[in-house]
Amino acid sequence: MSDAIQTTATVRTERSATASKTYMAFLAIGILLLAIAPFFFYPIFLMKLLCFALFACAFNLLLGYTGLLSFGHAAFFGGAAYFTAHVVKEWGFPPEIGILVGAAGAAGLGLIMGFFAIRRQGIYFAMITLALSQMFFFFCLQAKFTHGEDGIQSVPRGHLFGFIDLADTTNMYYFVLAVFLIGMVVIWRFINSPFGMILKSIRENEQRAISLGYSVARYKLGAFVMSAALAGLAGGTKALVFQFATLTDVGWQMSGEVILMTLLGGIGTLIGPVFGAGLVVALQNYLATSQFPVTIITGVVFMVCVLLFRRGIIGEFYASRLGRKLGFEHRR
Amino acid sequence: MTMIFGIPLQAFFGQLLIGLINGSFYALLSLGLAVIFGLLRVINFAHGAQYMLGAFVAMLMLQYFGINYWFALLLAPLVVGLFGAIVERLLLSRLYKLDHLYGLLFTFGLALTIEGTFRYLYGSSGQPYAPPPQLTGATNLGFMFLPNYRGWVVVVSLVVCIGTWLLIEKTKLGAYLRAATENATLVQAFGVNVPLLLTLTYGIGAALAAFAGVLAAPVYQVSPLMGSNIIIVVFAVVVVGGMGSIMGAILTGYMLGIAEGLTKVFYPEASNIVIFVIMAIVLLIRPAGLFGRDA
Repeated sequence: MSDAIQTTATVRTERSATASKTYMAFLAIGILLLAIAPFFFYPIFLMKLLCFALFACAFNLLLGYTGLLSFGHAAFFGGAAYFTAHVVKEWGFPPEIGILVGAAGAAGLGLIMGFFAIRRQGIYFAMITLALSQMFFFFCLQAKFTHGEDGIQSVPRGHLFGFIDLADTTNMYYFVLAVFLIGMVVIWRFINSPFGMILKSIRENEQRAISLGYSVARYKLGAFVMSAALAGLAGGTKALVFQFATLTDVGWQMSGEVILMTLLGGIGTLIGPVFGAGLVVALQNYLATSQFPVTIITGVVFMVCVLLFRRGIIGEFYASRLGRKLGFEHRR
Repeated sequence: MTMIFGIPLQAFFGQLLIGLINGSFYALLSLGLAVIFGLLRVINFAHGAQYMLGAFVAMLMLQYFGINYWFALLLAPLVVGLFGAIVERLLLSRLYKLDHLYGLLFTFGLALTIEGTFRYLYGSSGQPYAPPPQLTGATNLGFMFLPNYRGWVVVVSLVVCIGTWLLIEKTKLGAYLRAATENATLVQAFGVNVPLLLTLTYGIGAALAAFAGVLAAPVYQVSPLMGSNIIIVVFAVVVVGGMGSIMGAILTGYMLGIAEGLTKVFYPEASNIVIFVIMAIVLLIRPAGLFGRDA
């Protein structure tokens, strides 16, 4: 791809000491807010939000930091939900192992899908991932263990490490929050590692990365699997929160939703997709009671974002005067 | 009863015909996608929605104005093509200088909006659209009964596919199109109005999708979801064929439709996914696609 997708990102190395402090302050406030949030908001809603936020951040790992637009991430999210629900309900696995099985399963799926998809670039990559995830959708529709249209229902939440009862909503919330934070730390560590730097160089100029001797295909596949595994982590957790896994989570609409969350929050910003996910989930919640279909709003927001608002919320904030004053650098 | 590969001959030809019908729609739609992609470098995700629009416009024309099938077959593509041209001129044209992925995302949003609106207005369930009285009934071919309307679909889609191919390969307009695909700046320097050409191309692509939609209305039911169901399969068709050549898109469409129909005879469980499996195999052997030039 000659002209990489437009991204915004903070440059860590050049950030001044004050910016580093502001960043830490924002982070501390954010975590504090999340910790006290269940006392003010409906916890199930918050848990849904955290799962989708992690899903969007995992997706952004691929789109924002590697420049690959996957149109099939629902396969990992929904697939992991099925895996987790199945091993927890049918095989009696504890929840923490169940979620890890979900993530591992998603990573396996990612390895297979990635193997085919990285053979083409750009638009073809998007179409191939879409087609393969649709194939997985049909598999889930017909396979025995997914129970077709019914999905896997009444999945027990079980006891975390054998003694923390997750049927209790507060316990469950802090467990989900912990999973989310672990996932975010992994993503942060990943994109700031040498591996992540190479991914960014592939995003910026694939040909040059090849000429520098990097095996681009292998790095892309690595990023794809990593992104799939983290999406699986989010999907498995969601299956435990709602205690079911259904076809909705593997459909192409879900792949579209996660793209919207990332686009809305800011492609290539670490924290942007969290805000994007928050907005989309809140909007869905708000419209769930009305007759008006969410699809229309989603579609219109999509078009507006693409036409006018490509940096997303956080990207615009970083690029704004206030954002620059606080020391966030905006890079094209 | 005569058997072929252990399958009754009737069932075999029946599925072959269904495959050929599906293949006709795949061919028409992937042709439109290829025409748009060739010049605009945009993958038109809204192609399925425009196909659905065609069917709906035909149905609504019949309901409200009593316009029959034959006029709808001409008018619906015109209406949808005009709508496509307006969208291209006002919105889509702003995205050409950006990464191509934004075009895909924009048309995805457009598809969601159109589909959501029709689902809101008409519900998700399908509504019947009767085939024209001239084409009801069936013909006995000796080895099977061919419903007349289905025979018409196969013939007319072949004619339209070949007609479009001739338009692009043999006419002056087609020459402009092909030249602009190679080098738009140079063609503009020769005094050709390239932006107009782009608008025209998108309009023609949308009209082709709508034409397929009107053709499909009596075969399948008219439903807001008919577009998104088919478009993903058509994407796989496009990946298999490669978007380098118009003829490639047409041939791949028919081939995969027939492959899908035959799978239904021999291994029905896999008929939903056979096209995706073929896509994966082609990606392994020939990543650029069967007829593709660009990697």
